[in-house]
Amino acid sequence: MTAYIIRRLLLAIVIIIIVTLIIFFVIRLLPGDPLIIYLGQQATQGSISMEELETLRIEYGLDKPIMIQYFNWMSDLFHGDLGQSIYYHENVGVLLWDRFPITLHLGIVSLIFSNIVGITLGVLAAIRRGTWVDIVVTILAYIGVTIPVFWLGILLIYTFGLRLGLLPIAGYTSPLEDFWLSTRQIVMPVLCLSIGGLATAARMMRSSMLETVSQDYIRTAWAKGLRERAVIFKHAMKNSLIPMITLIGIGVGLIFGGSVLIETVFAIPGVGRLMVTSLFAQDYVVIQSGTLVISMIIILVNLVVDISYGWLDPRIRYG
Amino acid sequence: MNLENATAIEGFEETAPRVSEWRRFWRVFLQRRIVIFGLVVLTLLVITAIFAEGLAPYNPYKGKMIDSLQQPSSTYLLGTDIQGRDTLSRLIFGARTALLVGFVTTIIAAVFGTILGMIAGFFSGILGMIIMRIMDALMGFPMLLLALILSAVLGGGIQNVIIALGVAMVPGYARVMNGLTLSLKENDYVLAERSMGANNWRTMLRHIFPNSLAPILVLITTQLGMVILAEASLSFLGIGIKPPGAAWGAMVNAGYKYLSTNPVLSFAPGLAIMLVVFAFQLVGDGLRDALDPRLRGLL
Repeated sequence: MTAYIIRRLLLAIVIIIIVTLIIFFVIRLLPGDPLIIYLGQQATQGSISMEELETLRIEYGLDKPIMIQYFNWMSDLFHGDLGQSIYYHENVGVLLWDRFPITLHLGIVSLIFSNIVGITLGVLAAIRRGTWVDIVVTILAYIGVTIPVFWLGILLIYTFGLRLGLLPIAGYTSPLEDFWLSTRQIVMPVLCLSIGGLATAARMMRSSMLETVSQDYIRTAWAKGLRERAVIFKHAMKNSLIPMITLIGIGVGLIFGGSVLIETVFAIPGVGRLMVTSLFAQDYVVIQSGTLVISMIIILVNLVVDISYGWLDPRIRYG
Repeated sequence: MNLENATAIEGFEETAPRVSEWRRFWRVFLQRRIVIFGLVVLTLLVITAIFAEGLAPYNPYKGKMIDSLQQPSSTYLLGTDIQGRDTLSRLIFGARTALLVGFVTTIIAAVFGTILGMIAGFFSGILGMIIMRIMDALMGFPMLLLALILSAVLGGGIQNVIIALGVAMVPGYARVMNGLTLSLKENDYVLAERSMGANNWRTMLRHIFPNSLAPILVLITTQLGMVILAEASLSFLGIGIKPPGAAWGAMVNAGYKYLSTNPVLSFAPGLAIMLVVFAFQLVGDGLRDALDPRLRGLL
């Protein structure tokens, strides 16, 4: 097991290094000079002198060769400095620190919601295979995977916000400030963020459960005369849940991808919104560090998922 | 090959499995009514995209300002947008954008992903290691964010969206193909071919590739829908096709402003996106079950 963990850890480090290289060199291809855009917003009238441009270029370290810029970025990262945003005039660390709790709040609630509901639906569909329950769950799972989340957001806003007036249509409030308002505000975004994961969970749980149910030990459990509840919950479900761990890894990726859209639809000042704004402002420092932090989270979560999967199911470890 | 003679000589039917295999495919494929529904939707979509000029009642790019923000009526079946452009006509032309992006992106991603995955699996040494770690790194990004950054870097426009989405989709194909190659190359027929002196490329082209065609084809079908969904998401965020071009995602976004008065402006294009993605998913799943039931759960 230790060897397995070390191997996975080394692999994750290699992947993170490749990720930093991809991000750095892709971002450097951004059209336009970020300094000119920055100065364009600053200078209300008149043109900026070449000297000013050069001073700023040196200040941001943009005059150095590209490899030196990469190593400088890496060394700053190791010192906990994510760089200075050109658009927001703020340290990227601070920008992310302010917005991460919001995205995490929505993300964690969605992850819990989608897995609980998805797994329940999957179990129901499996134990009532072929009945209307199974058909409804299967159709819902198809819709969940194929519905555009931004459109679902708009449908919900129209129905529950504009027509019925039940829920606030936009914004975010910290639950520490006003718990009730915060909860009402996150209902629709959480629904949108969890729909994809929920559908995936339901589908996976259904097939995992069907596979488990056909195992010999389940037949033994029935033959022993156990009640349905004992067979389903104690014998079948426990074992079917193991592959569900991988859903957490998939879910984290879905949530960060979805937050880009959902935070735009619901005007939520989270990391996803920050990334979109920075892209349009061509603020490459924010995009660079923001993307790195997001992908590091995804890679690390997947590492933990892989290790726990290997720990729970030895067939994976030695396979 | 003269199979009829062969059967006569050998005394057993060698041709039979071939024919019934093809028949079995169609029988299983068309068995479920829902798959037929998917096929009908996709056929209609292709027809709409090809004959957009003939089908659209109005010019999708130019409207009459006097008819701005009309409600659905017999003149404008789905109403008009702020510039007085007919929503139905724009929807019809949007089908062209969706299909174009979907097909071209998927072909690019499938070709590169399959080649990379096959090479990585076949030469599973340092080369395979490097290729697959890069694919892992690309998969470490949320797909949408990666496509978003790439298309912003490339500067928007439909061809850049295609490239961006193509790159973002490559790792999926590479991973599946890599897994398939790793298992296929252990087969005895590969060993037999190699012992007859076949080189690496011949082995890959003659044995590895044809044997992985079924799962790759299934992946392509389901991914087509996902590409269309991703393109819609990008154009919803304002990246991709430039105005006055018609893209469903951008239409949803443009209609969002008039949600309280003209909800159909957002509802109709969103429904179109979902219907198409849904149809591709259905056909993909049907194809999977018909081609190779063992793939169930893997793809």
